[in-house]
Amino acid sequence: MALIDLANPTRFVTLVERVLPWLVAATFVAFAYGLYGAYWAPDDYQQGATVKIMFIHVPNAWLSMFVWGAMSVAALGTLVWRHPLADVAAKCAAPLGAAFTFLALVTGSLWGRPMWGTYWVWDARLTSVLVLFIMYLVLIALWRTVDDPSRAGRAAAVLTLVGAVNLPIIKFSVDWWNTLHQPASVFRMGGSTVDRSMLIPLAVMAVAFTLLFITLHLAAMRNEIMRRRVRTLMLTQAERA
Amino acid sequence: MDLGPHAGFIIGAYVIASVVVAALVIWVTVDHAAQKRALADLERRGITRRSAETPPLRIKETA
Repeated sequence: MALIDLANPTRFVTLVERVLPWLVAATFVAFAYGLYGAYWAPDDYQQGATVKIMFIHVPNAWLSMFVWGAMSVAALGTLVWRHPLADVAAKCAAPLGAAFTFLALVTGSLWGRPMWGTYWVWDARLTSVLVLFIMYLVLIALWRTVDDPSRAGRAAAVLTLVGAVNLPIIKFSVDWWNTLHQPASVFRMGGSTVDRSMLIPLAVMAVAFTLLFITLHLAAMRNEIMRRRVRTLMLTQAERA
Repeated sequence: MDLGPHAGFIIGAYVIASVVVAALVIWVTVDHAAQKRALADLERRGITRRSAETPPLRIKETA
């Protein structure tokens, strides 16, 4: 199957039906292995056992930005290439991105209380991630407000590209401003500062959450294609009546 | 395994993550069932896509 064939929604749904069971199995295996590694990972010499929150906080924080990045590519697909599935992809990614961002904020808060002595501070990293979460909610609301999917898709695509400005702000906020949040410790010049005994389970958990995103995203896209088919059929029926 | 004095925060974080992931899975599964039901209902009422209505082209056989 050529890549261009995926522009056909029916062929796309057929492909999704075929790969979904494999993706579900891969996600289960990755989570089982990642959680096993997280369980047996040693305590941090400063943070103690609370470092175990890192195995869910960091993958969700990465995904919160990755999903918006993917939505930005889809937005280009809607506005520039007019790919028929681009706005479907963006629409279905938004609730997942919102959930991952919510988890990054909540688990970060639960990690912050014992380590920083507070659940929340209005510093650059935390505030910019909260802004990202609000932007996800605005996008979801926009899609629900506009009835015509293609009109909603174009408006959402513009908003998504404007919101992409926030991604480098989130990434570099810990370098540009004084924050309570620690600077980058995995993806940084000079290599990771995290010990291998924690880095490997962290990487596996990141793969597991990414597989979860891909699985749920493809399944949600299939649902959205079916929803649009139902909508078209009902409109056709109304026209005939 | 001893999670130390902050066990509540660690367990809480994992419980919330599990609940959110479960909610996402349920949302996608329930939505799929609803769309499948809606499409089947339309099909039962004879409302199908034009491409599905059109009989396949038959090439007239010549003797």
